[in-house]
Amino acid sequence: MKSLGIIGAGKVGIVLAQLAIKAGYTVYIAGSEDPKKIALTVSILVPGATVGTSEEVATQAEVIILAIPLGKYKELPKEALADKLVIDAMNYWWEVDGDRPDLTDLHSSSSEIVQRYLSNSRIVKAFNHIGYHDLYDETRPSDATDRKAIAIAGNTEQDVEVVADIVNNLGFDPVIIGNLHQGIKLQPGSPVFGAHVNEFTLRHLIQTFSESEFGQKVVTARQLD
Amino acid sequence: MTKKTTTYIQFGLDSFGDLPVDDDGKLFTHAAAIRQVVEEAILADKLGIDVIALGEHHRPDFSISSPETVLAGIATRTKNIKLASGVTVLSSDDPVRVFERFATLDALSNGRAQVILGRGSFTESFPLFGYEMTDYELLFEEKIELFSELLKEKPVTWSGTKRASLEDADVYPKTESGHLQTFVGVGGSPQSVVRAAHYGFPLMLAIIGGSPERFVPYIDLYRRAAEEFDTPIHPIGMHSPGFIADTDEEARRIAWPAHKKNFDRIGKTRGWTPMTRDHFISEVENGSLYIGSPETVAKKMAKSIKALGVERFDLVYGGGPMPASARLHMIKLYGEKVIPRVRELLAEDEKK
Repeated sequence: MKSLGIIGAGKVGIVLAQLAIKAGYTVYIAGSEDPKKIALTVSILVPGATVGTSEEVATQAEVIILAIPLGKYKELPKEALADKLVIDAMNYWWEVDGDRPDLTDLHSSSSEIVQRYLSNSRIVKAFNHIGYHDLYDETRPSDATDRKAIAIAGNTEQDVEVVADIVNNLGFDPVIIGNLHQGIKLQPGSPVFGAHVNEFTLRHLIQTFSESEFGQKVVTARQLD
Repeated sequence: MTKKTTTYIQFGLDSFGDLPVDDDGKLFTHAAAIRQVVEEAILADKLGIDVIALGEHHRPDFSISSPETVLAGIATRTKNIKLASGVTVLSSDDPVRVFERFATLDALSNGRAQVILGRGSFTESFPLFGYEMTDYELLFEEKIELFSELLKEKPVTWSGTKRASLEDADVYPKTESGHLQTFVGVGGSPQSVVRAAHYGFPLMLAIIGGSPERFVPYIDLYRRAAEEFDTPIHPIGMHSPGFIADTDEEARRIAWPAHKKNFDRIGKTRGWTPMTRDHFISEVENGSLYIGSPETVAKKMAKSIKALGVERFDLVYGGGPMPASARLHMIKLYGEKVIPRVRELLAEDEKK
């Protein structure tokens, strides 16, 4: 896999594009509007990346990362993303999304909501729990001893492996935590959210998730499913 | 902020009016916290600090929701210090009113008012004032356009979708200088950098976490965008949080619990994990927390100022429930020791 597409040219999208270029990927990036609006930004912040519309990026790249505000997921190019492996790096963020009970329902992970909408794509959750400046500052080569870890949730082993490879290439140790339903363990409220820790600590946080306050709420809600 | 020599650097202090504690650990009331900020600004003015910037919040842990009112109080009791907002959340305010209030502040202070416009990373003002979060981008885009028209201090004709149109509307008071100093505060959104350049506003970068060097390309972006739009390339400023005490140990001892409380309280509403001591230390040592003795903080500031080539540095002080006495002592150290030392370090560097 040699090309990565990024939909979203904000703080997170730009950092992911920078890391992907550094890792040697061919990078395509789209903002929310006319590509012309982000052309200058991308040429200076991510030299080497190609700007396009979200449809173009979705068509051209082999794997696509979503980095737009979660509340706007229905603006994603559903058709162009069909049959693609799509990494969901989005989170519900009140400051941007406003009150959206549909996105904070504990019965689903937010990536399952995205999967339901992009029903013909294969969604894997990753890159969502680490802050964008930690993402930028903490990237390390694979032989480094102080590497940080990024958790991955997805429904098929094959797709998760591909994403694990990307996480590794971008400078982090991949930690596979289970299917997309388990992805809630990486969401805002979880002790994992905001954690930039090593593999050992991340695994520990995942294992003890249900003991956390948020974990308790999730367990209680899901027992009623 | 118009001079272009590198030796002329302005130093400021920023606050959101965090509620301090007294020496027994008792939390100040909102009213007492506001009066504390006024006292701090008076001290800063006496020490020759260039700017005091006050930001707006609409939540229980911060006392300042109306920065320009506090600044007006400061205006009548200070002589030289510039009086800035940091930031004015323009999206949930009315540009005409913002102009009127800051032009009034400019009158009271004999031309010392500065407006720093921003989108705000806290948007609790949106529901409070009846704005839709889905209009986050559009509100700022339209209002900054109107505000840039108002700054010309001539009758304005303007129309948009989020505010009533204006037809040849003249707005008062006029400033004596004919120009209300205005900046755009940006937290890391590249499009905001481009927008500031588009309207020809100077840029204030809020660097509140991670390595400051990460922002070097943003400065390049600002300059290139200004060239492209053929707008003036203004000097750039930065603001970052910090705390100064007599020794590194003392500074960390006081700042850590206050900073953690502040971070965790905000984190709780956004769902991020509590701050660890390791995270704190790494921010102090390699990131964007300027915490330590005067020498430590001065060195760190000089390093960032040099790396980014900025001409203004505002230190965000008093984050979290910190003793009021420690805050005052910090300002004294900042004015008497840190600022002269940073100037010295930068001058030494220029000689090389």
